[in-house]
Order: sequence, then structure tokens, then C-alpha cells
Amino acid sequence: MTPTFKHLLIAALAGLSLQAQAALNVVACEPEWASLAKELGGDKLNVSSATTALQDPHRIEARPSLIARVRNADLLVCTGMELEVGWLPVLVQQSGNTKLASGSPNLFEAGRYITPIEVPTRLDRGDGDVHAAGNPHIQQDPRNIALVAKALAARLAQIDPANAAFYQDRQTAFATRWTEAMQKWEQKAAPLKGVAIVAHHKNMGYLENWLGMREVATLEPKPGVEPSAGHLSELNTQLARQPAKMVVRAAYQDPRASQWLAEHAHIPAVALPFTVGGNDKATDLFGLFDSSVALLLEAAK
Amino acid sequence: MFIPRMAATGLCLAALSSISHAADEAAAASPPSREAATSASAFNPAISLILNGTYANLSRDPALYRLQGFIPSGGEVGPGKRGFQLGESELSLSAAIDPTFSGHLTASITPDNTVSVEEALFERQGLFNGATLKAGRFLSSIGYLNSQHAHAWDFVDAPLAYQAFFGGPLKTDGLQLRWLAPTERFIELGAELGSGSTFPGSDTGRNGAGVAALMAHLGDDIGDSASWRAGVSWLHHRATNRLYTDSDAAGTEVTNSFSGKSNTWVLDGIYKWSPGGNGTSQNLKIQGEYFRRNEDGTLSFDTQSQVAGPIADGYRSTQSGWYLQAVYQFMPMWRVGARYDRLSSGSPSIGQLGSSVLTAADFPILQSYQPSRSTVMLDCSLSEFSRLRLQVAADRSNPDGTDRQLFVQYIMSLGAHGAHAF
Repeated sequence: MTPTFKHLLIAALAGLSLQAQAALNVVACEPEWASLAKELGGDKLNVSSATTALQDPHRIEARPSLIARVRNADLLVCTGMELEVGWLPVLVQQSGNTKLASGSPNLFEAGRYITPIEVPTRLDRGDGDVHAAGNPHIQQDPRNIALVAKALAARLAQIDPANAAFYQDRQTAFATRWTEAMQKWEQKAAPLKGVAIVAHHKNMGYLENWLGMREVATLEPKPGVEPSAGHLSELNTQLARQPAKMVVRAAYQDPRASQWLAEHAHIPAVALPFTVGGNDKATDLFGLFDSSVALLLEAAK
Repeated sequence: MFIPRMAATGLCLAALSSISHAADEAAAASPPSREAATSASAFNPAISLILNGTYANLSRDPALYRLQGFIPSGGEVGPGKRGFQLGESELSLSAAIDPTFSGHLTASITPDNTVSVEEALFERQGLFNGATLKAGRFLSSIGYLNSQHAHAWDFVDAPLAYQAFFGGPLKTDGLQLRWLAPTERFIELGAELGSGSTFPGSDTGRNGAGVAALMAHLGDDIGDSASWRAGVSWLHHRATNRLYTDSDAAGTEVTNSFSGKSNTWVLDGIYKWSPGGNGTSQNLKIQGEYFRRNEDGTLSFDTQSQVAGPIADGYRSTQSGWYLQAVYQFMPMWRVGARYDRLSSGSPSIGQLGSSVLTAADFPILQSYQPSRSTVMLDCSLSEFSRLRLQVAADRSNPDGTDRQLFVQYIMSLGAHGAHAF
């Protein structure tokens, strides 16, 4: 072992043990869970997100940097429901992290604590990218955030019992602020009830459920299948008969298809932040819904 | 042997359909259960099947294909057959065995109706923190491409360096231990011990290991958009009476054999880029590997005494090879790629050469050459489960002339959603 390498190794190990004393390492699969963990854990947690709002959570590379992060994680906070099926298993498998055995409490799946929608009655790849456990884009309904927050606080208390009271207090405070915020959003968003929209991908279901909007079509002919020119022009014809108020996509999705439809059907195209970091205003979970509701109201005018 | 294996395959397929039926029923009986078992974990192994096939148009007869200057590996070398050709159908099963172990099998059904075991292994994740132990038959973790299954390759065929140095991807029957350092940067160290019975090793007949390999990989991100991994691997093989066929100066077919040590170094690097780390519309992948091998031992000429042999004497060689490739997805579903391969056979030093007994002409396959190949490809993936590919190559593997190759390939994946490594 060369002296430099030895020094590096010692420095690294020392750094890790310091970190371990300071805070639990939490790796969130998506930015919304990173933001929620920060709300609940404050400085007791060292939180990072494996993905950004500008990346498609279905399609993430199992990069070396992510493997290293999962290797050092005390807790993984993910959506589950097969959203991360294309990359998370590789990260966990290659990390060799003893804490992340299947079924371990250190692997938190938010999707287990909400009531899923769009659970398929048949599983067939001919139907496109369907998820057996239902629509995994659960963070679009703030009522789900409230449910997950409660479960996540309990999980934090379970794996870090020394700070259990701390997490419980922060959860109680968060729940109060969240309930108030939800009332405010729901009041503001009242005009959106019954509004017809077109979505890029089948990832707006929870938001539509919450606000009472109606999805009349999607730009993707089938979930996960890229919008084709033929399908878009059919949609345009359909919209002439059955108008929609706007075409909605997530920040990470290619804008071209929704812009084409917006131009031809003369309706606004809206890029929702979709998760924390999806636009300048969505800096935390509160900002995410402030911005989403404001953008939808603006487009529905 | 084949019939029971086919029956097993049939059973697997039956199991697959019963899983999906069970899932159908579970889903139909809504309200949805939050603890509903997914199709991949209903106490049955996750099953996936890869179908692939090619159409090949080759300007030179593939039966005469050889990598000039390199001892034939007896493995998967050359462009395959002309015309329509079924590829290997890969059937994989994997599942947790118990809370400690998980297991995986990939069987390959070849177009000539035989079944071969590609991988059959069990794994212990978290043997100690950061460490994973694997045992059985597995694709060695040397280099970059070696551990990827053929269906994940970006070109129809393996780089020439893999064909020349290992006869296709190197599979090890043995043990592997990998350890990931507890650092922020990805640092992975690995060691393998195995039988080493395939090229460049051979069945040694000894109790000890025929191959030992060490590897180290380092990787990180460069901002949100790019990431890389680089590594170095070292393999030590023992060969005992590793046979190959050549002809002597008069053109009579003879069998020669090598016994001795074979040391191979592999350097590998991969760089991936996509705008903001969102590769859905556009992404770029650049990869390259360099191989260098020293062999030191005894070469026996004409072990079957068909002409003057057997004559045995010292043999030493240093050979190298590399490839560099880039694949760019320029719009959703469509990718283009280019690859350049080059090998350098060097001239082996053979003890008896220059004596009156044997001349260089008695070892025509070992005549020095620098094989090269240029390849371009275009592929289209309507979904992540299907891929159609067009590939054109100019292959100059031997001095006989350029082989102009055209391939059309399909790769289809059924069953469990596979997660791909970086």
C-alpha cells in the first residue's frame, strides 16, 4: 500500500466515522422525499437525492456515484411501486450495504402508505409501461405527502431511537403547517374543479384526483411510449370535438409534443414542477404546490 | 440431456404465465391491496427471456475467418454464419434464496438446439459492509464490457480484443469477492479465483485455481450531466496442454499445444453524458478498453506426430489490442454508434525457430499481423424491451482481404423488468 493511498484511506474512514456520529445518511430516490426528510429530520439527517426534478425517475443510470452513496446510506427513502425498478435494485445490489437487505426497515417505500390509483386489472407489456402496484407518481397529491410524512417520521424514530421524540415533534409541527397549506391550496384551486386537461404521461393522476380535474387524453399513446406525429394529430382532432383547457407535462419531459399540441389546439402548455426543484419557486414541498396550483390557475383563466 | 432441459424451460414458461394470471386475479379483486405481492416476488423467481436473431451479409466466407497472429481461442470468434440466423435465446431466473443468499441462472439456448449455462451463481450481499461474495459460474468483472450480457451490447458482436484474448466474454467458474470502499467517490476492489478452464487457460488437472484475477474500479460524476468509471484488471491464467490447430510449412494440419503462464492486463474506461442527467431524449456514451497479454511457457509443435513432432521448446509472446466506441442517442428511440478495433499480435519468440528443424512457416497462424475493424451501427428501440439494429463493418482481421459485413439484428426482452448496470 503506497503512503498516499494509506493516507487517503485513513482520511476517508475518519471522515465517515465523523459523519456517522453527526447525522444519519439518508438517500432519497426522488427530490420530494429528500425535501420531506429534511422537514422531519432537520440537522439530525444528512440528506441527498439520487435524482433531480429534471430527470425521468423511470430512467436513471445506476451511476458509480449513486452506488457509492447507497453504500454509505443508513436509510433509503423511495417511492417503490416499481418506479425505480430499472435502477434501484442495481444500486442496492452493487453497494454491498448490509443494512439494505430486502424487507429491512432501512429501506422505506412511500408507496406502501398511500392508496394507489390506476392499479391495472391486467399486466401486459402490450399496454405499455404499466406498474403492477398502480400509478407510482404519488407525490402530486399533498394528502399523500401527509400520509408519507407520518410513516417516515415513525420509521426515522425506529432506526434512530435516540432522536425519536425530535422526529415526532417535527412531524407534528409539519402536519399542522401542511394541513393549513392544503386548505389554502384547495380554496385557491376551486376553479380547477372539472377542468379538462391533456397530460403528457400518465403521471398527473393524483393531482387530478386531488383537484377534481378531468384528464381527457395523454400525449403518449400508451404509458412510456413516445408521442408520435400520428397520435398527436388524432388528439388535435379529438380536442376539436371535446375541448381541453390545457396540456400539462412534468418539468423533466420533452416540451416539443405539448408545444405542438398547444399551437394547433390553441390551448396553453403548462410545465409543472412535478417535484421539488422542478422550477425556481418549487424550492421545497410547500413551494412545489404553491407553484403547481398557481400555474394551473393561470392556464385555466 | 436436452429433453429434460426443455421440459424445465417449459415449466418456467408455465410458471411465468401462472404468475401473471395470479396478478390479474389479485388486481381484478380490487380494492387494491397495499401489500400485494408484485409479479417478481410472489415466491417465484423473476423470469426473463431474451430473444435475438440476425441476418448477416458477409463478403468473405466466415468459415475461413481468423484473427491473424493470435492463437485461436476456440471461443466465439468471427462474424457468425451468413444469412438468417437465430441468436442465443437467454432465459434467466433469479430470486432471493433466503434472507442471506440470492441466486441467479442464465441459460442460453443456442440455435443448434443445445443449452449452455451462461451464469449460475449465488450471491451474498453485505458479507461485511460493502462486500459481496459471488460463487458459481459468472461473467468476470474484469474490464467494462465483460460483465454485461450480450443483449446489452451496443453492437452485434464483441470487440475483437475480447474475441482474441478470451474467445468472447470471460466466464469464471469459481468465487468472486467485491468490496466497495466507504468513500464518497466510487472505489471498488475485486478478486476472483476460478477453474480457468477456458481460453487463455485450460483444464489443468490440478487442485488449485487455474485463474486468479484482481480488479479495481473508480468512478464519479462530473456535474449533473456526466459520469465516468475507469478501471484496471489483472488476470493470471495457468494453461496445461492448451491445444490449437495450425498447419506446417507444407500445409499439413498439425495440433500444437501451449503450457505455461498467461498474464493479462485490462484497462477500461466509460464516460456517459446526457443533458442534465436526463437521457430520455439524448445521451452519449464513450467507452474503450485496452488489453495486453504476456505468455511464457512451452510450445509443443505437432503433438499428434502427424509430421515431424512432437517438438517442444520455449515460447514467449506479448500481444495487445484495444477498441474505442461511441454511441449517441440523437432523439428518443434512435441511436447511432461507431467503433474501431485494433489488435497487435507481435512476434512470439519460439525456441526452435531459426534452427534447421522449424521455421516461421511452420506456424502460419502466429505470423505477425495487426488486425483491425471499423464498425458503424444504427438502432431503434420502440420501448426499452425491444431493439432493432443495422450494423455495417469492414473487418481486416487477416491479410486475405477486407470482409465487408452487414448485419440486421433484433433483440427482444420478455418478462421481469431487468435493471441495467452502468
